[in-house]
Formats: sequence, C-alpha cells, structure tokens
Amino acid sequence: MRLTPIDIGSFWLPRQTSTLAPEVDAGFHVVYWLSVGFFVLVVGAMAYFAVRYRRRREGEKTSSIDHSTALEIVWTTIPALMLLGLFAMGLKGYASAAVAPAEALEIQVTAEKWLWTFTYPNGTTTVNELGVPKDRPVRLVMSSKDIVHSFFVPEFRIKQDLVPGAYTTTWFQATEAKDVAVLCAEYCGTGHSDMGAKIIVMDEPVYKDWLEKGGGASDLPPAELGKKLFTQRSCATCHSLDGSRIQGPSLKGLIGRSEDLEGGASVKVDENYIRESILNPGAKIVRGYPAAMPTFQGLLKDREIDALIAYLKSVN
Amino acid sequence: MSVIAADDDLEGAPRPRGTNYINAERGIVSWLTTVDHKRIGLMYLGSVLVAFALGGFFALLLRLELLSPGHTIMSANQYNQAFTLHGAVMTFLFIIPSIPGALGNFLVPILLGAKDVAFPRLNLLSLYLYWIGAIFTLSSIVTGGLDTGWTFYVPYASTTNTSVLSVTFGIFVLGFSSVLTGLNFIVTMHKLRAPGMTWYRMPLILWSLYATSIVQILATPVLAITLLLLMAERVFHIGIFDPALGGDPVLYQHFFWFYSHPAVYIMILPGMGIISELIAVHAQRKIFGYKAIAFSSVAIALVGFLVWGHHMFVSGQSEVAATIFSFLTFIVAVPSGIKVFNWVSTLYGGSIKFTAPMLFAMCFLFLFTIGGLTGLFLGMLSVDMHLHDTYFVVAHFHYVMMGGTVTAFLGGLHHWWPKMTGRMYSQKLAAVAAALYFIGFNVTFFSQFILGTRGMPRRYYNYLDQFQPLHAFSTFGSWLLGVGFLLMLYYLLKSLKSGAIAPQNPWGGKSLEWTDAASPPVTENFEHRPVVTEGPYEFNEGKS
Ligand code: HEC
Ligand SMILES: [Cu+2]
Repeated sequence: MRLTPIDIGSFWLPRQTSTLAPEVDAGFHVVYWLSVGFFVLVVGAMAYFAVRYRRRREGEKTSSIDHSTALEIVWTTIPALMLLGLFAMGLKGYASAAVAPAEALEIQVTAEKWLWTFTYPNGTTTVNELGVPKDRPVRLVMSSKDIVHSFFVPEFRIKQDLVPGAYTTTWFQATEAKDVAVLCAEYCGTGHSDMGAKIIVMDEPVYKDWLEKGGGASDLPPAELGKKLFTQRSCATCHSLDGSRIQGPSLKGLIGRSEDLEGGASVKVDENYIRESILNPGAKIVRGYPAAMPTFQGLLKDREIDALIAYLKSVN
Repeated sequence: MSVIAADDDLEGAPRPRGTNYINAERGIVSWLTTVDHKRIGLMYLGSVLVAFALGGFFALLLRLELLSPGHTIMSANQYNQAFTLHGAVMTFLFIIPSIPGALGNFLVPILLGAKDVAFPRLNLLSLYLYWIGAIFTLSSIVTGGLDTGWTFYVPYASTTNTSVLSVTFGIFVLGFSSVLTGLNFIVTMHKLRAPGMTWYRMPLILWSLYATSIVQILATPVLAITLLLLMAERVFHIGIFDPALGGDPVLYQHFFWFYSHPAVYIMILPGMGIISELIAVHAQRKIFGYKAIAFSSVAIALVGFLVWGHHMFVSGQSEVAATIFSFLTFIVAVPSGIKVFNWVSTLYGGSIKFTAPMLFAMCFLFLFTIGGLTGLFLGMLSVDMHLHDTYFVVAHFHYVMMGGTVTAFLGGLHHWWPKMTGRMYSQKLAAVAAALYFIGFNVTFFSQFILGTRGMPRRYYNYLDQFQPLHAFSTFGSWLLGVGFLLMLYYLLKSLKSGAIAPQNPWGGKSLEWTDAASPPVTENFEHRPVVTEGPYEFNEGKS
C-alpha cells in the first residue's frame, strides 16, 4: 500500500498535528458526550419502561395521561438551547478554519484524475508530495482541472472541495515534523481511492533546503528512483505491471513491443516513444484506450523521466 | 385476541373464509387492471421488496469486496458501479416508494373509513410509472452500468461514458409516480374522511403521510428539472453545470440537494408515522402528545426545505450560506427530538407486549436515536470539515434510513401483515429475525462510525491497511443482516401457505382497519360505512 498511513491519536480521532485540530476536536467531544447523555436517557427510559410496564395480563388498564404541557416545554427548550450551543461552537471552529493569517505561505494546488500537483512561490512544482515548514501557516489556493475532488487531511481536520473553473482555499499550520496523509474525499472515478498525497512537514531550514533542491531531489540510482516515481507520481493508478488492464495499458514488457495506435498506424516502443507518451500523451493514443493520460510536462524533470524509462525497461 | 386456527381445508392448510379483495377476482389481468388501492398496495409491496433484495445483493457484494484492501472480488470500476446501483436502487426504487406506495396505499383509505383513494386510476398509473421508471433505471445494468454514485455529481456525470441517460430518465419517471401518490393522499385525506373522522381523530401515520405528500409534491419537480438539465447538457452540450461548457458544478449540487434533502424526510416521515401506531397499539396505551407528534411532522416537512446546504459545507459555497444552513439544521433537529420523547413517554404506564412489531419499534427507537444524534456532529460546521464524505456519514445515514425507515417498514409489515394477507406468522421466528437484524445492523454500521472519525473516506475501493479489521468486522455484520432477512422471507412466505388464519383484530388496535375491516378486507374495505366517534388510541374503553 503506497498511501501514507494516518496516525491515530485517540480511540475516535487521528493524531492532532495542526493548530486547528484541537479546536475541532473540542467540538467533537462536546457533541459526543451530549449524544451519549441523550442516548442513555432515551434508551434507558425505554428499557426501564419495557421491563416495568411489560404486559402481565391481557386487557389491563393503561395510563391515560395524554400530554403534559410542562414536560413538552422542558424537552423542547432545553435541547433547543443545547443545539444553539453546538451551532455556536461549530461556527467558531469553522471561522478559525476559514480565514488564514495574512502572513501565510501560499501554495497552489491542482487536482486532476488522479493526482495532485503543488506549485510553490518560487515556481517549483511537486506531484503528490507537499513539502511545508512546521509551525508556519500555509494557505492553499486550489482548483481542479477536470471534475470535483476534495483535499482531506485527517490529522489536520481539514477538508475542502476543489472545483473546476473556480478557486477554493483552505489553510493549516502543522505542529509536528512528520509525514501526513492526504486523501481525496470527493468521489472521482476509477482511481479515487488511490488519489492520495503526502504532506512532508519539515523544520524551517530543512524545508528551505528541500525547496531549493526542487522538492526532494533524490540521489537514488535511476531504476530505483523510477520505481519510486512510478507509484508516487500516480502512474500505478492507471498502469499495472502485471499485464492486467486498469485505465491505461499494462506497461509490463513495454520496451520493444509493437503497439497498435488509434487511426491505424502502429509503432515500435523505444525510449523516445515512452518519453513522448509521458510528456505529450495525446500525440499517439494506444488503440482501444481513452485519451485519459494527463501530461507530465513540467512535472517530471529529465532525470526523472530517464529514471522512469530505466525502471520500465527493467520490468519485462 | 386468540388466533383462530381453522383446519377445514383438504390440503390441511387453512384458508381465509369468504370473499375478500385478494380472491374477489382472479387472474393476472384482474390485478394489472385493478383500481383497488389494496391490490395496488400489494403489487407495490412485491415490487419494492424485489428492489430491496436487489439493492441488498449489491450491498453484500460491496461489503465482500471491502473485506480486504485492493482487489478482493471485483475491479475498481465494478465496485463503483455496484455502489452506484446499490444507492440508486435503495433510494429511488425502495425507500422512497416503500412505505407510501406499499403500506400507505393499502392503509390510507381504510384508516380514513373510505372505500378507496380519491383518484383510483391515477393510483394505478403511479404504479405503472414506478415500473417504467424501474425498468429504465435497471436497464443500466446491462447497458454498461453507471458509476456516478446516486448523486450524479457533475462534471463527473456529464463526462463519464456510462449510461447516465437511461438512469436519470428512469428517476425522472419515478418522480412522477411519487408526485401522483402524494397528490392522491392529500386529496383523499381532505375529501374522503368517514363521518366523524376529524383531523385530530386521524391515526398519526396519516399525519406523517400527509406531511410526506406535501414534500413529494413540492420537491420532486425540482429533481425532475435538475435531471432534465443534466440530460440536456449531456445530449446537446448546453453549458449549465459543466465548467468546460461555461456551467457551474456547485449549482448542480444546490439543485440536487434542494430535492434530496427534503427527500430524506420523504423517506423518514412515513417511518415515524408507523412507529407511532406500533408503540400505541402494542403498549395498549393512548399516544402521548398526539398534537406534538402530528405538528412536528408538518414542521419537519417545512423546515426540511431550508437545510439542503448542509450537504455542501466544504463544497466552496459562501461562509454565510454555510452558517445559515448549519443554524437551520439544528432547528430541524428539535421536532425529531420531540417525537422521540413522546414515543418513549407513550411506553410509560403502558401494557407492553413484545410482539414482533413492538420489537421492531424498539429497534427503531434505539437505532434512530443514534442516527439522529450523529447528525448533530455533521451539523456542526467545524466537526463536519473532518467528517464530511467519510464513513461517519455512511454510518449516520444508514442509521437513519435503514435503522429508521427500514426498521419501521419491517415493523409495519409485521403489524399489518395479518390484515393484508389474512395470515399470522410465527412470532418466535420473527423475534429471532429481529434480534439478528438488530445485532447485524449494529455490527455492520457502528464500526463505520469509527472508520469515519479515524479518517476513512467513503466510496473507496482501496483503503489503508490500518482500516482492515474494522472493515472486516463490518462485512461480518452484513452477513448477519443477510441471514436475518432470509429468515424473515422464510416465515412470511410460509405464513401465506400454512399460517394460522388472522382474526380481524389480532393486536387489539382501535383504528378502523382493526375495528371495522375484516382480515383481509373486502373489496371496498367495509361491509358498512364506519362512523367515527372517538380517536384511534382509546385503549381503556370497557376495561376496569
Ligand atoms: C489518469 C490515468 C493515467 C496516469 C496517471 C498515467 N497514465 Fe499513462 N496512459 C494512460 C492511458 C489511458 C494510456 C493509453 C492511451 C494513450 O496512449 O494515451 C496511457 C499510455 C501510456 C503509455 C503508452 C503505453 C503503450 O502501451 O504504448 C506510457 C508509456 C505511459 N502511459 C506511461 C505513463 C507513466 C510513466 C505515467 C506516470 C508518470 C503514466 N503513464 C500515468 C493513463 C494514465
Ligand atoms: Cu478525486
């Protein structure tokens, strides 16, 4: 499983790793205990009456009290007041989540089937990995290229839909230097449940360094880097390596095979073809498949494309 | 209240004596052309039960797939189609028509002391529309499936290559069926009440069906328009919702929930009505707070129109809108709470018998209370940011829709089964089935609350390994539920063949179907037109 796990903090909730989490959880706990109280009251009364007033003989006389105005007022107003309290608590938490501090670091988020891209103020772009500094507010300005997705970070307690044709925003301030899971929470088709990302929370200097190197440059040998990128950049969401068809063709034994294209032509797969498929997927469409592959132009560096090719050659 | 066991038949199986609505005419044509509300109700019952079986079958497949992360028995695309069909079938073909179409059609005229509904032919038409709609909806199974989820969110629904058109058209037609039923009920209640049947002497199920009908008539057209627009966008590429064509996807969500939130009340209000009847009759106790229950139904129906935006707190709607919707959502919780308190109070000082219907009513109180309370979590703006679109929501609405409506439907079915079929079923087996159902339900769905709060999103084919134990537990619960339903099917069918003959009033009810109509009733319901002199909950009459 390539998705980052969610750290669990208590029986019910994930670990709190943002400044917002304690506030949301406070609301959660209030409504939780209130619910437990009401549940015990209602079901307890029901159980007690069921035993106390079980039928002992047919035709016994029953109570004919058919209403009690005092009681009705009590059980309307008291819950109503409690509900108002809940509303206010929810609103307060929501207000904290809605407005990002002015000094927040701004990062663009783009979603498409089925990957996330993050663009930093200096122009660096990363895919499925969002590097952020610890203890600094980060504001995300988000949009979708195709359909509605939703950016969900359980440990931060934030969730915000990404809508095509509009910008939505959310913000957070991470409190622990660790990897944090991001999930897509709005159903988006075949790859929905694999549309995860990872937030890498780093201490400020580490973050600076990370960003300077273009977002986690790696010194792995090419084939190993390719293997890592293959899952990390979502190739695996659409391509299997065992011959089975997902959204796109299996890439098992790719190099050297002869591929029938839409429009009748065919092509022998070599390094150039793979490179073109990644950077300009619309140029040649494999027969029988939709033109559904997103372009990775600008999202993969040359070294990374070479690594992917090296890896794909190795899975024959 | 003893059960009459007559055994004068050659095969040894007793048969109800005399003519009634079932044996008055014979042959399939007599059924397909009938205008008798009871026969139409029975045909609805058969149809919705088939839909329920189909939806349940998909549910079992889904749970089986989720037994382990990744591929278990089907591919991601098959999974997406299975959950879409499960949702669409359960919502549009089962829950919405279940209580009004099946039990409501059978009961409304009898409870009012009328011979039939106001527009009997329209009633038959609504059944035919239901069938036509069902055929279009289900045709998608063979024509490429549907993978949009039952909510048809755009732009996904305007771009997917699965059969959106036939299903949306089917649901469009089903909407008309629903509107016609609602219209018929409203007119019937206004015009055909027996002499002496004042509004406050109506059994509470009628109040809840009345409130339901209002919502059906006012909200369903909005769904119809929305689906038409969606079809127009797909076919003619008119940009309404799809931003690629210049439309607005959030507008779709507003339209959709403007119908679908009130639809939640179309689904739950009739169930609440049933519960009022079951508790009063099986506790032989005058209902506590008649007017509070009656008017809370109407209040729920009206305020229910103003809360649709709580499905969209994180969709990018404005903060002000979200705030108002959250506020109104808490308001609508009040009348539901009032009902629960009144039901429990009705048990106070009663004479409670643990018949199958009463067991289901108690299941309802337990499950619906959890369903309602967990709704408060989702109404809170801050908490909803975390819980929205997770398994918490899945668990919440199953507690309301299944734990609430389906449990009430089952209770109602067991309550009126003797009246509808003229046969008694085994109370012992029914108690076992109710227990299996109750345990299976909680095992299946309570675990999903925990999954949800821990961050498991809904509609996920694949999931984090850490969630596997809870998913497996939930799947195990679904098998218990399945066994419970098979058991119900078994003893109910068996009762048709060899069940004891039902007396006219097996539970000691005081409403007209028990006091004035035979089991099963004759074609025009009553031998003599009933005259009503008191309310339906006067159980102490003639007792010392
Ligand atoms: C959203 C799904 C999707 C993602 C993500 C995706 N692809 Fe594709 N890919 C496709 C589809 C569909 C095709 C076939 C249609 C075409 O030729 O464009 C394809 C075709 C290809 C081909 C040509 C295959 C052949 O048999 O000729 C290669 C090579 C390829 N993809 C590599 C990659 C790599 C490397 C990645 C990750 C960086 C990737 N793809 C990510 C969907 C995807
Ligand atoms: Cu998505």
